[in-house]
Amino acid sequence: MSGHGLKPPVGPSDHVEGPADAPVSLVEYGDYQCPYCGEAYPIVKQVQKRLGAKLRFVFRNFPLAEAHPFATGAAEMAEAAALQDKFWQMHDMLYEHQDALDSDSLVEHARHLHLDMAKLKTTLGSSAVAEHVRSDFMSGVRSGVNGTPSFFVNGVRFDGNWTDADEFAAALEAVANAV
Amino acid sequence: MALAAGTPAPDFKLQVTPDQAVSLADFRGKPLILAFYPADWSPVCGDQMALYNEVLPEFRKFGAEILGISVDGVWCHLAFAKDRKLHFPLLADFEPKGGVAQKFGAYDSANGICERALFVLDGDGVIRWSYVSPIAINPGADGILEALEGLAGKGAH
Repeated sequence: MSGHGLKPPVGPSDHVEGPADAPVSLVEYGDYQCPYCGEAYPIVKQVQKRLGAKLRFVFRNFPLAEAHPFATGAAEMAEAAALQDKFWQMHDMLYEHQDALDSDSLVEHARHLHLDMAKLKTTLGSSAVAEHVRSDFMSGVRSGVNGTPSFFVNGVRFDGNWTDADEFAAALEAVANAV
Repeated sequence: MALAAGTPAPDFKLQVTPDQAVSLADFRGKPLILAFYPADWSPVCGDQMALYNEVLPEFRKFGAEILGISVDGVWCHLAFAKDRKLHFPLLADFEPKGGVAQKFGAYDSANGICERALFVLDGDGVIRWSYVSPIAINPGADGILEALEGLAGKGAH
């Protein structure tokens, strides 16, 4: 479809880095086990550094569970960490350890980030985190996500090249300047 | 030009495994999604069929079935479906090559591959929605779901 738009727009249930009034909002739909998302991870970091306060970055879950057996568990762990205000620490930990996403490793990561393990267990046992992940996934499908990672810039699907940090940053700068 | 909404879908019979064929008539009575795509084995995470595999439960909520169609042969489809753990059939538009895609106006004869063309058919086999995406761009699943919703809405009246 040509008019792929982000549905719903960035809201209170999203995980956000950067100022709310930034001229550019970059939303990534990602899968923690996806190698291309792993490739995108340091590129997004570079782009965030380069645009500074001009960029707000949002991450939503899009686990391709059939292709990636550990993707859903990893996504749920990140959402559970979010309930202890450590979403981004867990997000970064997962992308920096994509070779260790099985359930034992996830528990290790949680320990490493000093999560409250009793609270974590209760959280993971409830349906809330699974529902958050599923709801992110469906919002991605409705928004026109066509693979991982999929990026949306100010609500519009970005079909350009994100694999080169210079090019990606330049495209976002252009949007910032046009706002 | 791909066949437009309102056109009865041309009948077809294609191999789905080395010893099994399916035809359009097999799917009468329920919505059917036809997803023509260029080739098996495109990069994994951006793959259109892998995406539909994940969204399959949502399609099924509408009682819909989905068929992937490309010019790849049955053995290629079998290996691809097994590797990607696909839970829906892939049809081989192999002989005559692209014959069915041509009937739907979804064949790129310059390159000898199916276009990325989507068709949503109602239970009577009439095309209710069609869309052709640029060959390099996976069209996603949002348009299909909207079309299925449209069909379900119509059925309720």
